[in-house]
Amino acid sequence: MRKFKEFIIEKLIVICGLASIFFVALIFLFLLKEGLAVFNTVGPFKFLFGKSWYPISEPAQLGILPLILGSLLVTLGAAVISIPIGVGCAVYIAEIAPAKTKEILKAGIELLAAIPSVVLGFIGMITLVPLVKSIFHLPTGLTALSGSIMLAFMAMPTIVSIAEDALYSIPKTYKEGALALGATHWQTIWRVMLPAASSGILAAVMLGIGRVIGETMAVMMITGNAAVMPNNILVPVRTLTATIAAEMGEAVVGSEHYFALFAIGIVLFIISFAINVTADLFLHKRQQ
Amino acid sequence: MVKFEIHDLNIWFDSTHALKQVNMEIQSNEILSVIGPSNSGKTTFLRTLNRLNDLNTSFKMTGAVELEREDIKRIDVEVLRRKIGMVFALPLPLPLSIFENVAYGIRMHGENKKKVLEDKVEEALQQAYLWEEVKDRLDESAFKLSGGQQQRLCIARTLAVGPEVILFDEPCSGLDPISTAKVEDAMIKLKQKYTIVLVTNNVKQAARVGDRTAFFLSGELIELDKTDKIFTTPQDKRTDGYIRGKFG
Amino acid sequence: MRNPYRTQRVAFFFLLLATLLIVIPVGLIVVVIIQKGLPAINWQFLSDMPRQGMRAGGIFPAIVGTLYLVSGAILFALPIGLLAAIYLSEYAKDNLLTRIIKLAIVNLAGVPSVVYGLFGLALFVVFLKFGASILAGSLTLGIMILPVIITTSREALESVPQSFREVSLSLGASKWQTIRHIVLPNAIPGILTGTILGLGRAAGETAPILFTVAAFYLPRLPKSIFDQAMALPYHLYVISTQVPNVDEKIRYGTAFVLLTLVLFMNLVAIIIRYKFRKKKKW
Repeated sequence: MRKFKEFIIEKLIVICGLASIFFVALIFLFLLKEGLAVFNTVGPFKFLFGKSWYPISEPAQLGILPLILGSLLVTLGAAVISIPIGVGCAVYIAEIAPAKTKEILKAGIELLAAIPSVVLGFIGMITLVPLVKSIFHLPTGLTALSGSIMLAFMAMPTIVSIAEDALYSIPKTYKEGALALGATHWQTIWRVMLPAASSGILAAVMLGIGRVIGETMAVMMITGNAAVMPNNILVPVRTLTATIAAEMGEAVVGSEHYFALFAIGIVLFIISFAINVTADLFLHKRQQ
Repeated sequence: MVKFEIHDLNIWFDSTHALKQVNMEIQSNEILSVIGPSNSGKTTFLRTLNRLNDLNTSFKMTGAVELEREDIKRIDVEVLRRKIGMVFALPLPLPLSIFENVAYGIRMHGENKKKVLEDKVEEALQQAYLWEEVKDRLDESAFKLSGGQQQRLCIARTLAVGPEVILFDEPCSGLDPISTAKVEDAMIKLKQKYTIVLVTNNVKQAARVGDRTAFFLSGELIELDKTDKIFTTPQDKRTDGYIRGKFG
Repeated sequence: MRNPYRTQRVAFFFLLLATLLIVIPVGLIVVVIIQKGLPAINWQFLSDMPRQGMRAGGIFPAIVGTLYLVSGAILFALPIGLLAAIYLSEYAKDNLLTRIIKLAIVNLAGVPSVVYGLFGLALFVVFLKFGASILAGSLTLGIMILPVIITTSREALESVPQSFREVSLSLGASKWQTIRHIVLPNAIPGILTGTILGLGRAAGETAPILFTVAAFYLPRLPKSIFDQAMALPYHLYVISTQVPNVDEKIRYGTAFVLLTLVLFMNLVAIIIRYKFRKKKKW
């Protein structure tokens, strides 16, 4: 009797062990199921590189290039801001901060990671958006730049914690060796620690960027949501994620618009898949 | 009577050949000491007897180990391990109370009656010469005991299951001389009822408690004989060298 | 020649600056929300229905909705996540399958939250015909927090010393008995930490519930798991972008409640982890 019970439990454990694979496949499958239908009306090339997104005009124009560029622009801006600050902070926490300060800083970073994105979006709307508007004398502060700053902020917990991990896991002997040869602490960090941790730091950056591309609510609240081809960072843009979030509520199930939004979902899924697999490879490289 | 028969035993961990062509017998109610330098395969040998090596995914084995003429691979592994208890190198109490540590094995075999558990726990603690020291604090965490007490608790825990054989894997390596003496006393008295295999790094200990002694080197069984013979007139030069080396 | 110590001083200054650039805004955000949100909080705000198109009244149904969603998500994700963690820590061999499972978990963690929303819409709302409902939203959130629960539980299970398992097995206990009586009890604090972190994540997410459950304005409580419901994060989104002329106090109040809920959960998780580390017996 006990043996039978254990047999059942162990089978359940194996099934649940495979659940993650099952769910990833299920997600992809359902995105494909609902999204591929859009290519009956728009060619894949025209969908990806079409310059106009007018999903409810007659006939609908379903080109997502402005959305891709919007996402890219915001992401690029966020990367430029968050990478140096994030890696710098990771180095500070891993190498320079005294033990007590270190704990407090880490708690602060965890705190940031925990703040819901809608709350950050709300704060951004109230503080950052007016600030950007008045500094650059713009008609509106809802711009790609505001989005970039906000998103940089959201990418930082990921970058800091993974990069700090990477620095922390370098064997002590590397550091001691360099210091013993008379290098200053900074020279050791710059010439020894950072190169040794480079693949981990790269993974940190990639995962941070992954977080940025996938981020939805804060972006939707502060980038202005204009689905036009952006020509600089001080204009409103609309990202892939924000498009789905903003329009799915109005799209009729089974309509062309609905399919198109799912097709955007496929694009996002593939991007995040590629980023995560690559980042994972870098992290594994470090372990070997 | 013969307890274990071991035929052509070879063991690999990945490509490491850990035991090479071992043939031997272990008698009932004897203390067999197993000595040898580290990495000689003596602990691997011990863990083969209760199939604890099976946990290691890179483990591979050929040959046969028979317990009372039955291949141990044919015996249900839980039954086998109930028959063959093991005491580990370091005192490893489970994170439970003193009472629950001893009762753990019995409980896992389906016994839940309080009276039976209490009787068996007391009996096991008596046999391990620990009862007097802990009888008033059975509900305390086992981690509050001293190292020597913890190790005797581990012996009691093993005895409570009602084994026929007890494997000791360097049981005194972490203990001071007085605690060691108490554990050795317990072992010699246990011989009446159990077959004991003792792996030890301490050659003197092997001489003190072993009826017979086996010497392993680089995965080979070099020599197995009565303990006094091994220590006075070893047949193999390497045995002699090892024992002398240890004596200084 | 450049003085290396001067370079070091300059470099360290910039590193400190980078750190402050992260930490100070975080502090400011929390302080501002507390300062402006706390005065809005009173019993009425927490226990009343919203009125006048959300421009007055309280946020009670949003709080209730979020609690329902979070409980539903954890009810679904905890058993599956825990068993999956047990599989990885106790059963999985070091082979290709395990590698693929781990990669799947990483990917599950990386899927954008709005894509979860799409998935929930396609599978639960449309395909399984649950409609926009607490059930659909909970399941969507549940799958989303699965990786958090698996990863933290697995770490907790793996931190239980191997020797405990060997002792238990050597006493003739079966593998499952060993897991059930030795490994799990000693991993509970870690599993709890992961579960609470998952809860916090589920409570704060908006995008996955946008099309699976969230009601724009629904001033009554849901009656069953097939009802739509309001939820705190979505409510905050709605009153800050979709409804004009909402009193700032209500916005800050809502943000405060949501932030407090999420941070409280994180705080509990951190405290459990800290206590556990200190109490560790081995």
